[in-house]
Amino acid sequence: MTDAERDEVQATEPGSVAVAGQPVAGDAAEYIALTSAPEVMANSLGEYTRIWLRRVRSGESGALPVIIGLVIIGAYFQISEHAFLSAGNIANLMTQAGFLITFCMAQTFPLLLGEIDLSLGFNAGIGGTITLWMVAVHNPFPTWAAIVVGIAVCAAIAGIEGLIIVWLRIPSFVVTLAGLLGLNGVLLWLFDETGSVGNGGVIQNHNGFINALVSENMSPAAGWIVLIAAVVVTGVYMIVRDRRRRAHNLVAPPVSVTLLKIGVMAAVGLVLVLVLNHNRGVGLTVLSGVPWVVPIVLGLYVVLTVLLGRTKYGRYVYAIGGNAEAARRAGINLRRIRVVAFTLCGAMAGVTGILYASFLGSISNDIQGGQYVLYAVAGAVIGGVSLFGGRGRMVGALLGGFVVAVIYNGVELLGLSAAAQYIWTALVLLAAVTLDALARRGSTPT
Amino acid sequence: MVTDRSGDGTRPDTGRVPSGSELPNGSPAESGDVPLLRLRGVSKSFGPVQALTDINLDIPNGEVTALVGDNGAGKSTLIKTIAGIWQPSSGELIWNGKPVHIHSPKDATALGIAAVYQDLALCDNLDIVQNMLLGHEAVRLGLLDEVSMELTAKQTLHDLRVTTVRSIRQLVGSLSGGQRQAVAVAKAVMLDAKLVIMDEPTAALGVTQTELVLNLIERLKNTGHSVLLISHNLNDVFQVADRIAVLYLGTLAAVGPAAEFDRQSAVDLMTTGASTRLGNGTGAGSADAPGVSTGAEG
Repeated sequence: MTDAERDEVQATEPGSVAVAGQPVAGDAAEYIALTSAPEVMANSLGEYTRIWLRRVRSGESGALPVIIGLVIIGAYFQISEHAFLSAGNIANLMTQAGFLITFCMAQTFPLLLGEIDLSLGFNAGIGGTITLWMVAVHNPFPTWAAIVVGIAVCAAIAGIEGLIIVWLRIPSFVVTLAGLLGLNGVLLWLFDETGSVGNGGVIQNHNGFINALVSENMSPAAGWIVLIAAVVVTGVYMIVRDRRRRAHNLVAPPVSVTLLKIGVMAAVGLVLVLVLNHNRGVGLTVLSGVPWVVPIVLGLYVVLTVLLGRTKYGRYVYAIGGNAEAARRAGINLRRIRVVAFTLCGAMAGVTGILYASFLGSISNDIQGGQYVLYAVAGAVIGGVSLFGGRGRMVGALLGGFVVAVIYNGVELLGLSAAAQYIWTALVLLAAVTLDALARRGSTPT
Repeated sequence: MVTDRSGDGTRPDTGRVPSGSELPNGSPAESGDVPLLRLRGVSKSFGPVQALTDINLDIPNGEVTALVGDNGAGKSTLIKTIAGIWQPSSGELIWNGKPVHIHSPKDATALGIAAVYQDLALCDNLDIVQNMLLGHEAVRLGLLDEVSMELTAKQTLHDLRVTTVRSIRQLVGSLSGGQRQAVAVAKAVMLDAKLVIMDEPTAALGVTQTELVLNLIERLKNTGHSVLLISHNLNDVFQVADRIAVLYLGTLAAVGPAAEFDRQSAVDLMTTGASTRLGNGTGAGSADAPGVSTGAEG
């Protein structure tokens, strides 16, 4: 924006803002700052911080509440039990968080459309079962085929549910509720069909690769290499993007902000790798390195974030969640986008099932599919994904899933009952939603 | 075509041709200036309900035509017929001198007709750039090209002198009513629209916001767009319209240069389909005042 334009803006703004009934009528700049991303409003680090703080106060807090929540919960567990932040428990936490996070990511797709997939838990169970059955001792399938088929079946199941939802125009709640019941039945039937493999309702995993996904670690050197590569690639991407924006005279975040972000990311990664590379073995066994599940989940996170934030497809998902009629008039094929979203959701459920099987070392036919799916919803909502569609990001699913995992881990570590775990999760979910609702009520112009 | 608003009424306006008479193919006033869109004998019925009867209306190039009428007069049906949502039961539409059949909103867009309905069809959860380019995203190396999209949106808003938004990365949900209208119009204009149909753009807006939208309409006109404005608010109509067309119970009660109408005659026409005051402004004092043709003739 040129200076002349800025002046013009300043001259015309106050009136329009006053009419809009904003509480800050008269201070147009402040109002505008409240309502747009700090990245595009600030010219310096100080200004950025001020705008960001104002946004937080007005309810546009982004990932802040969930991070604060994490710190509070973590601090409580650490005070109650000093082993909570030990290298061993952090590695343990990572392995528990992996499948919960991918599960929340899966649920994020339907949630962004204003839909829900209640059948996700049993869908994931079916994926894990098929994969483990295919790699069972007497079966000739290669591991990669087992993984691909497991994920593909889950994607197909969710895709069919999506087709029913868009073609028959039945609410997803009902269709996937039927899926929840039906897939539980299918899971039981599947165990019967596996014969001796699923004897006693449990399929043990004897496949080294699948076991390694969650239960084995990268070598310490590999951990460092992956971290450095990730930080360099992300940093270069951010700097190149900002530079291109500036070259076209568009507003870009101040360099200091970008550097700060890269720095924070590098620092978090550094601490994590440092802790996880620490020998956490008991006695003479050496156990160190970042569990493989961490780069796997982060890789999926990056792919899905790019998909939602940087592709036409992702843009249309948000558009449909925000205003389906507007999307329709823009020529977007709503049915296709919805069905693909359910299919992606199913594929992520398949990934979850396999990670879960790897985590447990087996899969059983009494898997709590109905309960886990509600964890997925809870995690996504804790991370700021709206149940009404159109709002929320993959980073929310990542953090929300992590919160659920921290509670699960902490409660177990403290030796509390299952009752405590449910109640804790319930309270955190309620707190997250209440905070969100209060913030919105405070900020929404009426 | 009458383009002279301050005209003394010596040039007959042919926008409304009495039904049954021959349609002039180039009357003196029109030669050399083909109207952007002509509706000839357009009727539309829904089952037994006759929503539009024999509408003859010209929408000239680069002018603001206001379509006024009471509730149920057929305004919405008329614009939806132009925008391709309905097809006329009979009659024809002539776009730039050529008869056209508009079967769908897509056809209308392809011709250069953009309709901005009252609900605006914006996504509150997307920012201004994302809304303006929804369905027409620029892609670079398989990923969204935010830079080029932002530049396109910025240029369009600049051309329309929409300056009340400071950041075009603001979420549309945070905009005021007038700003939202501006974004919806800019979105329509960006698709190379020649005719912009605006349905009640100032309804539910405050004074300042209304002013913003009216300025936007002026700006559209100045950038060579034709505007078809539907409004209940005669203040707005008289402020921006070059021509006024009054619908009454599905028929065109009157059409002519805005200067030929006054508030009372417009209200009379809207509520009764006729006015004895029509043309008072020019002293003619009768319904068949030059410049305005009324349904009474037909």
